[in-house]
Amino acid sequence: MNAVVEEHHDHDHKPTGLGRWLFSTNHKDIGSMYLWFAFTMFFIGGALALLIRAELFQPGMQIVEPEFFNQLTTLHGLIMVFGVIMPAFVGLANWQLPMMIGAPDMALPRMNNWSFWLLPGAFGMLLASLVMSIMGLGSAPNFGWTFYAPLSTTYGPDSTDYFIFSVHLMGISSVMGAINVIATIMNMRAPGMTYMKMPIFVWTWFITAYLLIAVMPVLAGVVTMMLTDRNFGTSFFDAAGGGDPVMFQHVFWFFGHPEVYIMILPAFGIISSIVPTFSRKPLFGYSSMVYATASIAFLSFIVWAHHMFTVGMPVAGELFFMYSTMLIAIPTGVKVFNWMSTMWRGALTFETPMLFAIAFIFLFTMGGFTGLMLCIAPADFQYHDTYFVVAHFHYVLVTGAAFSIMAAVYFWLPKWTGNMYDEKLGKLHFWLTCISANVLFFPMHFVGLAGMPRRIPDYALQFAEFNQIASVGAFVFGFSQLIFLYVVIKCVKGGEKATDKVWEGAEGLEFDLPSPAPFHSYTTPPQVK
Amino acid sequence: MRAVTRPLGLACLLLLSNPTLAEYRLNLEPGVTSTSQNAYDIHQIVMWICVVIGIVVYGVMTYSILTHTKAKGHKPATFDDNLTIEILWTVIPILILIGMAIPATSALLAMEDVSDSDMSIKVTGYQWKWHYDYVGEDVNFFSNLSTPMDQIKNKEAKGENYLLEVDNAIVVPTGKKIRFLFTSSDVIHAWWVPAFGVKKDAIPGYINESWARVDEPGIYRGQCAELCGANHGFMPIVVEAKSEEDYLAWLSEKKTAQAAAAESGNKTWTMEELMAHGETAYNTSCGACHQANGEGLPNVFPGLKGSAIAVGDIAKHIDVVVNGVEGTGMQAFGPQLNDADLAAIITYERNAWGNNTGDMVQPSEVKAAR
Repeated sequence: MNAVVEEHHDHDHKPTGLGRWLFSTNHKDIGSMYLWFAFTMFFIGGALALLIRAELFQPGMQIVEPEFFNQLTTLHGLIMVFGVIMPAFVGLANWQLPMMIGAPDMALPRMNNWSFWLLPGAFGMLLASLVMSIMGLGSAPNFGWTFYAPLSTTYGPDSTDYFIFSVHLMGISSVMGAINVIATIMNMRAPGMTYMKMPIFVWTWFITAYLLIAVMPVLAGVVTMMLTDRNFGTSFFDAAGGGDPVMFQHVFWFFGHPEVYIMILPAFGIISSIVPTFSRKPLFGYSSMVYATASIAFLSFIVWAHHMFTVGMPVAGELFFMYSTMLIAIPTGVKVFNWMSTMWRGALTFETPMLFAIAFIFLFTMGGFTGLMLCIAPADFQYHDTYFVVAHFHYVLVTGAAFSIMAAVYFWLPKWTGNMYDEKLGKLHFWLTCISANVLFFPMHFVGLAGMPRRIPDYALQFAEFNQIASVGAFVFGFSQLIFLYVVIKCVKGGEKATDKVWEGAEGLEFDLPSPAPFHSYTTPPQVK
Repeated sequence: MRAVTRPLGLACLLLLSNPTLAEYRLNLEPGVTSTSQNAYDIHQIVMWICVVIGIVVYGVMTYSILTHTKAKGHKPATFDDNLTIEILWTVIPILILIGMAIPATSALLAMEDVSDSDMSIKVTGYQWKWHYDYVGEDVNFFSNLSTPMDQIKNKEAKGENYLLEVDNAIVVPTGKKIRFLFTSSDVIHAWWVPAFGVKKDAIPGYINESWARVDEPGIYRGQCAELCGANHGFMPIVVEAKSEEDYLAWLSEKKTAQAAAAESGNKTWTMEELMAHGETAYNTSCGACHQANGEGLPNVFPGLKGSAIAVGDIAKHIDVVVNGVEGTGMQAFGPQLNDADLAAIITYERNAWGNNTGDMVQPSEVKAAR
């Protein structure tokens, strides 16, 4: 391997200055930009969440008006979904895929540049509407991240058109990113790396990319119909003109349900890379992991209306969507059992990435359990649109997807920077984050079951105690992330040198490269046995 | 460590023993209808199955975390699959799921069976109030939040039913199968009374149905459950279940009151009467958007204080209130309110908050403008 490494040095002339970033075609630079973008958005979306939790700390209206509260929940959701989780996963894919499959770069580097640089424009526009709202120049989107018609069409604020354009840009960016991932994986694997020898993170991203290509155009379609309803006199979703508000929900969730797997499949890949490393034992059931991922992806297309049990579907429809959703528990269960068996009789150590990975398995499983409860239609009538749902999806998206991203950053940061991160601070960050996330989200189960609807700026007195506890958890959670920021910056700037292998139990082509990894990864493909 | 935990514990105690707060609950309520009981039962079954699976999975992982560690010198095994166990943990969950699906299916079928109902109530969602129409009884009315703004703005102490109280509760007889029909006049709302286990979307252009048979007399409270705009959190539902006798008495009383209200449109009102009635009616029907002080919310809801419409042409003012403004949040109040209410509101708007036009609008003028 050393021969390969020495060759790399000759190719390492990076462009400098702003041009290095603006015109970058390098998978590592673009990956870093995606990750920093997601990190920035994480703090913005988080600040909005803290305003929400501050308002909900006590009954009564204290800090914001109900109208602005709706803008906060809408932008918090949109930013966290499209601006944090998705770009962070694309950033990880950019950094890791070429190194993991023994390639020099992504297959389509110029498109890679463009798909990143659409994002600041998209979110600049979305956030501009919030800034204008704060300046008193009109309302930002205020209809929830699910933007149900007709609240978002006939009744939407003027900024809805900004929102639509912004979603179009995000969609184009995602689809181009997905095409790039597929092209890279199909064409640039090292000799000998058959599909069933690919690292599991590569597999999960491969499948995720197909989901993105399948559903982002559906999202683009639904927002385009909104655009013409709002501006060109069509009535796709306007009952008064013969349109159908429920069709909006069907189309939206046909995108929306695969979307939630877009936000969790790469996480499965990350956890499946980290758990074997720190268990010093191969991943249990590699092929069943691949098949489980593929089954989840397939099922994600036929379960969408479980988000809509209260719209008045025929009983046959409710039964179909209940049964199909229950099926998802099977491949998801296989994944959890596989991680459990990977740890079984290993030689575990608990560095920060492993701590986040273990917390992921415990807490994502919690979200899985509540997901199973939610799919039971007769019980869902009581859970639907309450804080029970809020608790459920924050368990899968925060302690699931976001934890996996944090785990991945700690896991691969030494490879990216060549320096070890501060393990003490990493652990402090983990414990604060893990405990506060539960203080924040667990009580939401209780208020939800007790009858508190979601998306309300003020609530009846019996919900007060648990809202107070959740708000305390939220502030601890939010400010703990500053430690994360500090640890990452400190690691980028310097620190104890990382070895090439970084972790004792590390496997995979990226750990054959030196640390920090050379600018063009593998210029000569390695041979995979 | 003590230094940290003690204040924390104290804070928790304080939180939980705060006397101004109502009693909290941890779990779903069984409710008072067969629907809510079904939902509760299936919820308990699935939750406890999840708890048991959770104990097994978390237990195995915790055991690994505690014993299979490098620190304890555990040597890693090398196995990476086991067909038998993989088949087992695919088949057993399938069986468990079938076990859940059977009771869930029968519960769902029972819940969705609206046949053979004794009476129907049509529920229409409006931004941000509910309208109830007793089908075939010629009784219909709006139900608005009655919690005073001062409680919401923390200027006075909050009452026991803060945000869960209305001016006109819907009254239903006990022991009857009541069919609810849901629709909406603007955006999507959802009518939810947890004690009934009924949550159904009220969608413009659609009529959804659901049912409840309440055997226990009592007052049951709920809320709108679908984001419907700025005051989504402020459109509660209150249902009073009464014995059939009391229900019929209420019904006839309501009919008399509605006839009297309709009659009030025929007399000529004094300025004082119009202003007094106008203030109440304005705060109920208009205050949610235009605010009690008439100043609206900047760039969201226009203010009426000194506005071109409120101090300008009377005919135009009447037209806006009666017919609404298309493409905006301004609803047509003509179909919602009677002539007297509308006349009083318009008069109030033209004279309150320093608008002092001195104009007076009589119910007859509103009637003529319809």
